[in-house]
Amino acid sequence: MGDGFGGGPASPGVLNPKAEIRKPKEIRKPKEIRKPKAEAASKLGRDMSTPQTDRAVADGFAVRRATRPAWAVLGERALEVLIYLCGISAIVFVLGIFFFVFKEAFPILGNKQFSLSQFLFSEQWHPTSELNKRYGVLAMIAGTFSVTALAMVIAVPFGLGAAIYLSEFCSGRVKETLKVVIELLAAIPSVVWGFIGLTVMSRLIVKYTGAPVGVNVLNGGIILALMSVPIIVSIGEDALKAVPDSYREAGLALGATRWQLVWRVLLPAGKTGLLAAVLLGVGRGVGETMAVLMATGHAVHIPHSPFDSVRTLTANIAAELGEAPANSDHYQVLFLTGVLLFLMTFVVNLAADLIVRGIRRK
Amino acid sequence: MSTAAQIVVQDLRLAYGHKEVLHGISFDIRRNEIFGVIGPAQSGKTSLLRCLNRTIDFTPDTRVTGSVLVDGEDVRQTRNVFALRRKIGMVAPLPVGLPMSIYDNVAFAPRCAGMSRKSELDGIVEQCLRQGALWDEVKDRLDSLGTKLSGGQQQRLTIARALSHQPEILCLDEFSIAIDPVTTMRIEDVLKELRRNMTIILVTNLTQQARRLADRTLFLWKGAIVELDRSEVIFSDHPGNRQTYEYVNGIFG
Repeated sequence: MGDGFGGGPASPGVLNPKAEIRKPKEIRKPKEIRKPKAEAASKLGRDMSTPQTDRAVADGFAVRRATRPAWAVLGERALEVLIYLCGISAIVFVLGIFFFVFKEAFPILGNKQFSLSQFLFSEQWHPTSELNKRYGVLAMIAGTFSVTALAMVIAVPFGLGAAIYLSEFCSGRVKETLKVVIELLAAIPSVVWGFIGLTVMSRLIVKYTGAPVGVNVLNGGIILALMSVPIIVSIGEDALKAVPDSYREAGLALGATRWQLVWRVLLPAGKTGLLAAVLLGVGRGVGETMAVLMATGHAVHIPHSPFDSVRTLTANIAAELGEAPANSDHYQVLFLTGVLLFLMTFVVNLAADLIVRGIRRK
Repeated sequence: MSTAAQIVVQDLRLAYGHKEVLHGISFDIRRNEIFGVIGPAQSGKTSLLRCLNRTIDFTPDTRVTGSVLVDGEDVRQTRNVFALRRKIGMVAPLPVGLPMSIYDNVAFAPRCAGMSRKSELDGIVEQCLRQGALWDEVKDRLDSLGTKLSGGQQQRLTIARALSHQPEILCLDEFSIAIDPVTTMRIEDVLKELRRNMTIILVTNLTQQARRLADRTLFLWKGAIVELDRSEVIFSDHPGNRQTYEYVNGIFG
């Protein structure tokens, strides 16, 4: 009796009162406690299912209350642990990289011939000189900053504008086509960009600006901007897409024009994501190596105009690490440059984080 | 002037893809009346409102035929859809606080319409929040985020916001689902005041609310009009259609 449909519908009158008596207890107590009273004589297996079956049928609902198998519960637990490890691994990797780079650079800090203030504030870089070694990276810091700044001045308005256009103003086939093209742009290897800078762009710059050399801050800035724009566009577009449609509808229903909607609702709502887009662009600008190595002229020199050639921190490491004997002073200074780059990125991220929090509090 | 039709809907048909949800309905709404719309879910009430202020345009793959005239102008041919939307205040059933401060939420529409004087905006914000029965609760924290209010407060914020551009027509789409009965009553009193200045379209699932407020009530069912009459008739024991009686009294639907 009482197994599935067999007993249930046949004797609803008998089962109903039982169910009603049992109900209040179920709410208060876990399964195990009510069972002995309901069907004391049954085996555990039957005990698990039978009272539930009876009650459910009596109530006219599903035949059996669903219970999840043990493997599903355990599997879920295992997945939880796994994604926890994935999350933690980010921290482990960052610390690990920092530790390794710093370990290689550390001995130079104890070297009497090396001074940290010279490293940071001198523009003299003569690592291979026999008589007068100088390890000053100021010119390269200036190079990195100038190229990145120029690139961002070009790329941020362009990238955000394109993201807004893609997300809000164009639709259908145009949008799909543009997205594919932009993703294609993002997939071009940086050495190819560098090659374009070295050949096409440098010739254009010489031709139209009359600059003595075509490989300079302007060239590197434009190339970097072209490399950053696809990233800013695709992440910016995602950020805008993440703004709920209900905001759009509410804003427009209040009589806002599309541009007012973008300016007053979507940009504030998507600011965190948009800032992330810009930051990834900056990150690319600071970290990009090969393209700027080829496009900026590689001269250790603080730039005075966009037409001066510069060398960036990253390009310097890439160009010289292969020639520096392992564990020599030169080698260690290059690693110290790596630490510096690391700290710069950290400061940029931290600043952005604080800015976002500031905006949010307001 | 008070009996002149402000909104004339003629043979309005609306289809989402191949599914027609409004089957050619025609009626008119008079100036300064409270016009109740009742009907079960999926009867096309919200779609009807969205045709009115053309927010239906945002849903892809819709087809609208027939005409909706607001003050004699066909909304589907209007040159300036933004001006049309400023004329119509809309309160959606699910409250959407825009991600900005309470003050900015209410000042949003006036600002979009080009108002920038602080004193004017202050006045509008206070007046609208009072009308939305929210002023006393938020007057000390107008700078905090509108999205952090509770659901019911956000709903009242959207009412205040819908009033902020001084619309001539106010559409309320089930405004009271997230609001407690006492506050609902306060807002209903405000609505009775507001009707002197504007036409109110009240879409509601609470038939008693339509009975309390509406001058005339439209019973919509599956995209067609079952009955439109004065509320006294609709909610009487002998409305024109038996279905109306059954729906209003909870026998069917």
